[in-house]
Amino acid sequence: MTTATTALPVRRALTRTARDRRRSFVDRFFRVLSLLAALLGVIPLVAILVFVTLNGIKALNLDLITKPPRALGIGGGAAGAILGTIQMVGLATLIAVPIGILAGVYVSEFSGRRSARVIRFAGDVLVGVPSILVGIFVFTFLVLPFKQFNAFAGAVALAVIMVPVIMRTTEEILRIVPGGLREASLSLGVPVWRTVLSVVIPTGLAGILTGVMLAVARAAGETAPLLFTALGSRLINVGDFGRPMDALPLFIYTNARQPYEALNEQAWGAAFLLLVFVLAINVLVRFRTWGRRAG
Amino acid sequence: MTSIARPTRNLAPGRTRYADRLFRGVSRFGAITVLVILIGLGVMLTLTSLPALREFGIAGFVTGTTWDPVASIYGALPYIVGTLLSSAIALVIATPVAILTAIYLSELAPSRVAIPLTFLIELIAAIPSVVIGLWGVFVLTPFLKVTIEAFMVDTLGSTFPIFEGPPLGIGLFAAGVILAIMILPTIVSVSREVITSVPTAQREAMYALGATRWEVVTKAVLPTARSGIVGAIILGLGRALGETMAVTMVIGNASDIPTSLFDQSQTIASKIATTFNEATSELQVSSLIALGLVLLVITIALNIIARLMVWRVAGPAGGE
Repeated sequence: MTTATTALPVRRALTRTARDRRRSFVDRFFRVLSLLAALLGVIPLVAILVFVTLNGIKALNLDLITKPPRALGIGGGAAGAILGTIQMVGLATLIAVPIGILAGVYVSEFSGRRSARVIRFAGDVLVGVPSILVGIFVFTFLVLPFKQFNAFAGAVALAVIMVPVIMRTTEEILRIVPGGLREASLSLGVPVWRTVLSVVIPTGLAGILTGVMLAVARAAGETAPLLFTALGSRLINVGDFGRPMDALPLFIYTNARQPYEALNEQAWGAAFLLLVFVLAINVLVRFRTWGRRAG
Repeated sequence: MTSIARPTRNLAPGRTRYADRLFRGVSRFGAITVLVILIGLGVMLTLTSLPALREFGIAGFVTGTTWDPVASIYGALPYIVGTLLSSAIALVIATPVAILTAIYLSELAPSRVAIPLTFLIELIAAIPSVVIGLWGVFVLTPFLKVTIEAFMVDTLGSTFPIFEGPPLGIGLFAAGVILAIMILPTIVSVSREVITSVPTAQREAMYALGATRWEVVTKAVLPTARSGIVGAIILGLGRALGETMAVTMVIGNASDIPTSLFDQSQTIASKIATTFNEATSELQVSSLIALGLVLLVITIALNIIARLMVWRVAGPAGGE
């Protein structure tokens, strides 16, 4: 009697019924489909990289990086745009880094749980605000009152985009700094501010820098916030933040819409430069944080 | 967070206490700046769009179909429709691919495949919008025109009016495809995070019952992760609605309400990008900013809903 009850399920498990075959077919089918979907997701990246590289390298020459656009007709280069991007992203970084890091420090070290939630939420929402609206926002208080497009407004718009990114990474990194480090420092009689500045922040410094670099990469590629602030310019503008200034993304946008092939080629060249810069930062950051992200 | 010791009362002597309070105050200034930016953005956009909203009324502005600077009549409907349609096309294309990809990366792939593949897919999000737009104009749209679009017009065009018309490449469909490419990494990475946060014991229980891998995914993982995945899709939608440069470059910028997939169209963001600097009258500027306000309200509402849904599954640290 005991043999009969135990033997039955075993025998059933060994025979593959039609239903089992269907189950294993469905399983294999969807596993292959998922793999194909993942590969499909990578195709656009490969296509973009290949075309930007091929067309971009063709357009690279000394003129592109040393000359501004010709005043009339076609020719010249993207020198004004390159210098403009460096200046505006530079100023935006100077504005955004202290604000972003301080905000991150506040959320992680000082705020109560509720206010931390509110500020973190505000940061998340701000990241989701379309960047063109950031451009309009800055336009309303830095361009409209002065009736003059200016590079300072462009830098402020880029800073607005950078702040929540820096805040978020700073806060996340500081949160994983072990509490024991803080306690050790405080128990030695070190004041809170020195504990944060010379124990907590140095421990998370690599992570904070990562956030800053990602924010720089993001700002360097932004076009929409600059359209109504820095506007773009055909002249090389060095140092005059009260006037319009060109930037690489603006240069790409303007030249892509021109009916001249030579100008379209310049757009590809500028796109290649921009893409190399942005991807280099992203790849570098990713390799440095590989271990942490992998888990 | 609860494990971190934070002294609530400072017992240090006067100077230190003062320095601590100062430091705390300075860092609070940073946090308040973030709030001020967000609130200021909403307030400034509302204030500057008041002239237009007063002139046409909110309902009148949102449902108006004419945008005519000469007659000073401004209605937002064609752009709202263009925005919703291009984003809808993007979701239809991106959602199944993104969810399957997220499942593959988190459940099926060995980690030496999953890690680099995840990195590559997330890298798409790092490419500047204007570069994707450039590629869209000169590579993607000519390709779509002679392949998918021509095929759909030939086979479906005579039966379904939405597939009618000459395939131009540039237009609503191209904008949808570009947006699908751009929101894919968002949906994949948030979904992947949500799926990963589903407790392992739930999977093991199913395996113990003799389930196949796919049955575990569909019966033990997806039901738990569902609201988080919907949140991920909404986050993607939020990104698609506000995306500006790439869409502006491939959508054709025509102000009529589209009747076919291949019509040229215009989104709120592309309308603002292409006409803001040419706006001459104060009412026109105000109307364009009012368009922006409509977009702001939609994206913020979607973002809040999406965050809450992701939080429900993955906790407040989830998402990007």
